[in-house]
Amino acid sequence: MIENKTELSVEALRAGDREEFSRLVDAYSGRIYRLAIKMLSIPTDAEDVLQNTFLKAFQHLKDFEGRSSLSTWLYRIASNEALMMLRKQRPEITLSDSAPEDDDNSDYFPAQFTDWCCLPEDEFLSAESQVALDDAVQQLPETQRIVFVLRDIEGLSIQETSEALNLSVAAVKTRLLRARLRLREELSVYYGERLDKRSKE
Amino acid sequence: MSEQDHSKCRSLLGFMSDYIDGTLGEELCEEIERHVDECENCHVVVDTLRKTISLYHDSTVGAGEVPGEVRERLFRTLNLDDYLRH
Repeated sequence: MIENKTELSVEALRAGDREEFSRLVDAYSGRIYRLAIKMLSIPTDAEDVLQNTFLKAFQHLKDFEGRSSLSTWLYRIASNEALMMLRKQRPEITLSDSAPEDDDNSDYFPAQFTDWCCLPEDEFLSAESQVALDDAVQQLPETQRIVFVLRDIEGLSIQETSEALNLSVAAVKTRLLRARLRLREELSVYYGERLDKRSKE
Repeated sequence: MSEQDHSKCRSLLGFMSDYIDGTLGEELCEEIERHVDECENCHVVVDTLRKTISLYHDSTVGAGEVPGEVRERLFRTLNLDDYLRH
């Protein structure tokens, strides 16, 4: 993924330079806040995740070894914070490689076959459409949602997503496919209805 | 996903993400394309899956925005008040 245009000095950050840290915060807070909102949907919880992410980043920057990029490192902290917040709400969530869902493909076979790609562009740009997109993401199980948010919303590569979540590449790919298929089903219902409505008008 | 090809649809479904991301090997790509040419339902699934992903990409371009008051509280929490105006 593309790092921020203005190069940040990792050396200054590791040395505890506060001005450089404020530049890091401004460069990445938008992305971290967006991730938190997509994961938690409640703005006050998302703000807690945002604050905790940068508090921990400041605390641990001196240990940053550059094995992954700075952005992947930040996404890793933010993902952990978001999942911890969700665990507080629902303790049964796990993100291990061997989650039982990984073994069973049967629930993901498509059931919706309406071709809604032909809808006029203004359908996809409406506020109502944006709400449908957001709602569909909220319906995903948390373990799939975090993979989808990192890969398809934040634009990390599969490898970066795997580093950020400490998951194998295979597990990332499985969860990503399932998330995408689930979203396609949800959107097919929504846009299928829009298509029906238009044909009756 | 016609009746006779149901197992084929199922076996190719696992490769759809890599196919759409352009990271699938040539041989499997050709297999999917041949199947999709014959199977209307799979054709729709590929098209709408690709559209689904692109809608999310398009709706979240760029670095994102933090509301002003959220940024202010963040800077204060981090003891970065001196840099709020930057």
